[in-house]
Amino acid sequence: MSFPWAEEYRPKSGFMRWIDQRLPLPRLAYGAVGGGYPVPRNLNYFWNFGVLAGIALVIQIVTGIILAMHYVPYDQAAFRSVEHIMRDVNQGWLLRYLHANGAAFFFIVTYIHIFRGLYYGSYKAPRELVWMLGLVILLLMMATAFMGYVLPWGQMSFWASKVITGLFGAIPLIGEPVQQWLLGGYAPDQPTLNRFFSLHYLLPFVIAGVIILHIWALHIPGSSNPTGVDVKGPQDTLPFHPYYTAKDGFGLGVFLVLLAAVVFFAPNYLGHPDNYIPANPLSTPAHIVPEWYFWPFYAILRAFTVDFILPAKLWGVLAMFGSIILLFFLPWLDPSPVRSGNYRPRFRQFFWILILDILVLGWCGGLPAEEPYVMISQVATMYYFAHFLIILPILSWTERTLPLPASISESVLHGEEAEAAPADLSGIRPAAAE
Amino acid sequence: MIRLLGILIGLGFVAVAGWSLAWGVAAYISEPHEESVEHRFHQEARDIAFSFDGPFGKYDRPQLQRGFQVYKEVCASCHGLSFVAFRNLEDLGYHEEEIKAVADKWQIEVPAVDPKTGEASTRKALPADAFPSPYPNEVAARAANNNALPPDLSLITKARHGGPAYVASLLTGYRNPPTNLPADSRPGPGLHFNPWFANLNIAMPPPLRDGQVTYADGTNASVDQMAKDVSAFLAWTAEPKLENRKSAGWAVLFFLIFATILAYLAYQNIWHGGASRRVRRTGPLDPENMAKNDEAKSDAGIAG
Repeated sequence: MSFPWAEEYRPKSGFMRWIDQRLPLPRLAYGAVGGGYPVPRNLNYFWNFGVLAGIALVIQIVTGIILAMHYVPYDQAAFRSVEHIMRDVNQGWLLRYLHANGAAFFFIVTYIHIFRGLYYGSYKAPRELVWMLGLVILLLMMATAFMGYVLPWGQMSFWASKVITGLFGAIPLIGEPVQQWLLGGYAPDQPTLNRFFSLHYLLPFVIAGVIILHIWALHIPGSSNPTGVDVKGPQDTLPFHPYYTAKDGFGLGVFLVLLAAVVFFAPNYLGHPDNYIPANPLSTPAHIVPEWYFWPFYAILRAFTVDFILPAKLWGVLAMFGSIILLFFLPWLDPSPVRSGNYRPRFRQFFWILILDILVLGWCGGLPAEEPYVMISQVATMYYFAHFLIILPILSWTERTLPLPASISESVLHGEEAEAAPADLSGIRPAAAE
Repeated sequence: MIRLLGILIGLGFVAVAGWSLAWGVAAYISEPHEESVEHRFHQEARDIAFSFDGPFGKYDRPQLQRGFQVYKEVCASCHGLSFVAFRNLEDLGYHEEEIKAVADKWQIEVPAVDPKTGEASTRKALPADAFPSPYPNEVAARAANNNALPPDLSLITKARHGGPAYVASLLTGYRNPPTNLPADSRPGPGLHFNPWFANLNIAMPPPLRDGQVTYADGTNASVDQMAKDVSAFLAWTAEPKLENRKSAGWAVLFFLIFATILAYLAYQNIWHGGASRRVRRTGPLDPENMAKNDEAKSDAGIAG
């Protein structure tokens, strides 16, 4: 597909040839995820997570479709129908626990996939659109997960829907009409539940569509790799099948073992007890918290506590959405020609500070909005924005990178730093060894 | 241009967050930060071991039956169990006839329609019925309980931090308020001090006293024993499929670990095994590639 030496599809039987001449679907699959897609030979285990995220989506869609056969999106019956699934539907408890924990695991693998992209510079040219489509998938996932969390119509469902739609209410002038339009009323109620169910069923298929675009865009330049050095010839690549299908098979096994361990032995560990209390508009929970995968963003939202020209709440909303929107500009905020963090010593230090920073944000986001956690989340929020908008642009100007290996096959053969050749950056500032 | 704009926007967000931080720090230093009364007096659930803890844990049937007896004779007068049906008692080891008798003799009847007049009436419970709620609606429940609402207990152990241990702690947690408890946190009329309850004062009067029920199996019905038994029973009402879940979990884990080992061996075999001629042919150890590599290195002036 992307490289001239990519293996061409050859039908193995007359039947497949017959199909291929009329509908070249086998040819498409062969070029996309078969022997016809040459992949850098030096990918490490962090390159497993894209496939895992795709499989997590499939698990969600399969369990979700069956759950939807038993679930009732009616405010007086939704909570009871979930309990009906847990108690009376054959293996219903397994379906629901798989779906609820599957969402959490979908986010875990997606976040690792994103951090892999951040570290190895997978967002850089020529893969900007791959990165941006991935961010669109992340936003769609967040919307889907949020609406799915509302469906059981427990206390946290109800109050989360109120808080999250309330974020739109912070927008000046149009905010309140927008919030009412989203909810279908002045407060979460039957119209909210019904439309969230409809959209929760729709969006996963939209995600699947964007994933196709994501993979399509990826296949034009081909996969990145841990050195960040471009593929130079056939000696740098291996066919996706059987090499990476085999490696992904092993990764999938580990993923499923961990998922099963949580689903079967700690299925409610990642959830909140309050969501086993039916929704009650008259009783506000002591601490309204979203699911754990939203905690870093929730901490950013709550970090803005003082009005400054604009109301504090609006700053929080801007910052929370901005924290993801800014990632769309990352390919241009960080124009350093060296992709991989392995050859960017300063970048690497800041990257690990960022990881720590996001973990701290997540920790604060799960705690009640009390001091000193708010102050800690404020410091962490400052670093988050400084990292992407100030540190990375300056770093890409000033950083002295390490010499890159001449090619992927050489780095495989000789290790990556000891005997590396000077970077071939085609006219860009020569790198100096440290 | 984008970078310059980015830096400006970044500085903006950092400044505004820093402004919030400055106010927060100033307030933190200047204002005395007192621990709330709940923080000081609230207790975490006691460390109570149950037979169903851990990955191998199973329900203790005699304990569940004792717990059901406590529910039937004590809790059921105020608390419903609306997600559990009489027929589910089969899981506890009761026979069909026993369940029929329990449903038939249940102190609260099920709402029904009189087949002759069509008027609202009640009838005796059947095994297929859920446990009937003691009150027809929330207003009636509050009216009978000094404006407090006794919650449905079906899911209570999953709906509270600490689970069954919390329920047992709460049931045995009634005591006289400590002398240093501030006056406005002292139990008002109709309230009882219980440091395991979230806001320290609970409307439910102490429900258990020693010897309140007579266990058929001769177990001494101490408050502690009854609290543990009914908590175990409520763990079952909240998670009736716990045993299916754990046994299925072991089978699934066993299979998946086996499959993962096979997948790992297949992966190693494909990458390094004898069958992988393709790696040899185009791999880095291929003589042709070795020559290219050496050439590249000598061009770059690297020895070796």
